[in-house]
Amino acid sequence: MIRRRQIQKILKAAFSSILRNRMRSLLTSIGIIIGVSAVIIMSAIGRGSQALIEKEINDLGTNLLIIFPGASMTGGVHRGAGSFNRFTYNDVEKIKKNATLVTDVTPIVQSGGQIIAGGNNWSSEIIGASPEYFSIRNWDLKYGSYFTERDVKVSRKVALLGTTIADELFPDQDPTGQTIRIRNIPFRVIGVLEEKGQAGMGHDQDDIILAPWTTVLYRLKGGRYIDMINASAISTELLEQAEEEISGIIRESHRLNEGEDDDFTIHNQTEITQMVTRTSKIMTWLLGSIAGVSLLVGGIGIMNIMLVSVTERTREIGIRLSVGARAVDILVQFLTEAIVLSISGGIIGIVFAIIVSLSLNSFSSLYTLVKPEIVFIAFLFSVAVGIFFGFYPAQKAARLNPIESLRYE
Amino acid sequence: MSLVIETRELTKTYQMGDIPVHALMEVNLEVQTGEFLAVMGASGSGKSTLLNLLGCLDEATSGEYLLDGKAVSRLNKKEYADIRNQKIGFVFQGFNLLPRTSAFENVELPLIYDRTNRIKNHKKAIREALGLVGLEDRMDHLPQQLSGGEQQRVAIARAIVNKPAIILADEPTGNLDTHTSVDIISVLQELNDQGITIILVTHEHHLAEYAKRIVKLKDGRAVSNEIIKPRKKALGES
Repeated sequence: MIRRRQIQKILKAAFSSILRNRMRSLLTSIGIIIGVSAVIIMSAIGRGSQALIEKEINDLGTNLLIIFPGASMTGGVHRGAGSFNRFTYNDVEKIKKNATLVTDVTPIVQSGGQIIAGGNNWSSEIIGASPEYFSIRNWDLKYGSYFTERDVKVSRKVALLGTTIADELFPDQDPTGQTIRIRNIPFRVIGVLEEKGQAGMGHDQDDIILAPWTTVLYRLKGGRYIDMINASAISTELLEQAEEEISGIIRESHRLNEGEDDDFTIHNQTEITQMVTRTSKIMTWLLGSIAGVSLLVGGIGIMNIMLVSVTERTREIGIRLSVGARAVDILVQFLTEAIVLSISGGIIGIVFAIIVSLSLNSFSSLYTLVKPEIVFIAFLFSVAVGIFFGFYPAQKAARLNPIESLRYE
Repeated sequence: MSLVIETRELTKTYQMGDIPVHALMEVNLEVQTGEFLAVMGASGSGKSTLLNLLGCLDEATSGEYLLDGKAVSRLNKKEYADIRNQKIGFVFQGFNLLPRTSAFENVELPLIYDRTNRIKNHKKAIREALGLVGLEDRMDHLPQQLSGGEQQRVAIARAIVNKPAIILADEPTGNLDTHTSVDIISVLQELNDQGITIILVTHEHHLAEYAKRIVKLKDGRAVSNEIIKPRKKALGES
């Protein structure tokens, strides 16, 4: 009971000393404020971009395989992927018929052009595919319905709009049933796709029109080659085998001899996922450690100013000793001051970091994700820094000789 | 009357490089409870050293110091601090108040470090102490808002708040004008009348005459001991 009252008094002494010297207190905790908020903001940016990339990759589709034409050797010179257009629907059919590890396959035909609806117009990418495309790419509908095999077979002029185009051409309404003109050819809108949001580099995934591939190829684009093939494997584990299987089928279909290079390239989703998440994890760690260093520097800052403060307050310490303070009382007071300063610095830093992270979300293209456990760790760390770097100055204060410190000018 | 302070051949030697400096040499001093003793001497005579030893701020090199019949030299640092807290009140020449801290909080200081819990109501004790020095209406003032005399009164209130047996005053009027000096001495006399033992270090003879007894030091040795009769009263003069 006696002890508690006394501890309260010593804590009170520490608090009032902090409040009486606002400038000094602020300077002491500023290192911690910066350190803690740096840790939280940096990791929020790191985690945010990691989450964004993961979402983007999932948006691509499940167990996706993308097959590009090209990358053939011509006289020993590698031509880039896509330099040789040699896919026809025949390739797609062969994969469909022979591949055992593949659930869905779709040809992709890309085109572009101006789209007009009433008084509005917009330029956009037009993708031609088969209905399998929607399950391969995990793409749900907001309004209306998907096109069908039948639509593909008869090259029906129907289109699905991405939300961006739908909003541009038909603001605030469901455009299903309306007519749009793509390069002057009338198409009936049969639905609107669910929003996918921004992909990397500011690419808007919703700025897109989907139509049956036959319609795009024969009515808009012309020719007989398709641009690429998307397929999905049965499972993530079988992705590599599915890739080999498809590779074999296309080689056979293209009548490539043994030893000849592939005239196509296959990308699989796990490859992309692994590479990208590894990079972003390294980024997060890098940012985190830089921020950690700044927290450490903040701690050293606390120690610095506490040491100066001990020297500056030598006389105060002398007075306290002369009225009967034990060395441990002085130690507790200075340690309390250091801990209170670092804790309040930590709290200010957390509040500041959350404000900054949230405003980064709303006012910049950065996506940030504040994880509660990081906030907690940063807070614990700031307390630890207070104890660790406050101890030495406090001990120095507690060891002062009363007579000498009373004489100190 | 009982002895509150008794020293036997109290000696303090400082080491200045290789040369030992004898600040205090074999001082024998006896102080009765309720005495008002003035310690005089030129600067360097060992007055302050004696006061620091009596106040348990410093340890003697040799000799015995009995406070209330208890040998102080056998105590540890914690017990030294507790003696300063409960038995002794210091009044310094430079007031030694905490800056930017109200008179009330300055007087509270010894109570913060009181481990005995003798004084139940801290606020009441602080008010009483400030009342005794006539500053109950200045409790919330900061030191820089008070005159020198008032600051020294706050310091005296701080010295008595824990109800000590002894007040040790080290040139308490050294920074004050003559009129205010007498003022402060009168406060000390009042406290002495209430039974507190007072030891006043001064080099001014006219102030020493307010005490009941004067001990003179020269080169670290006690050289004279005179009883003042009739004793000067500060209150009547001012």
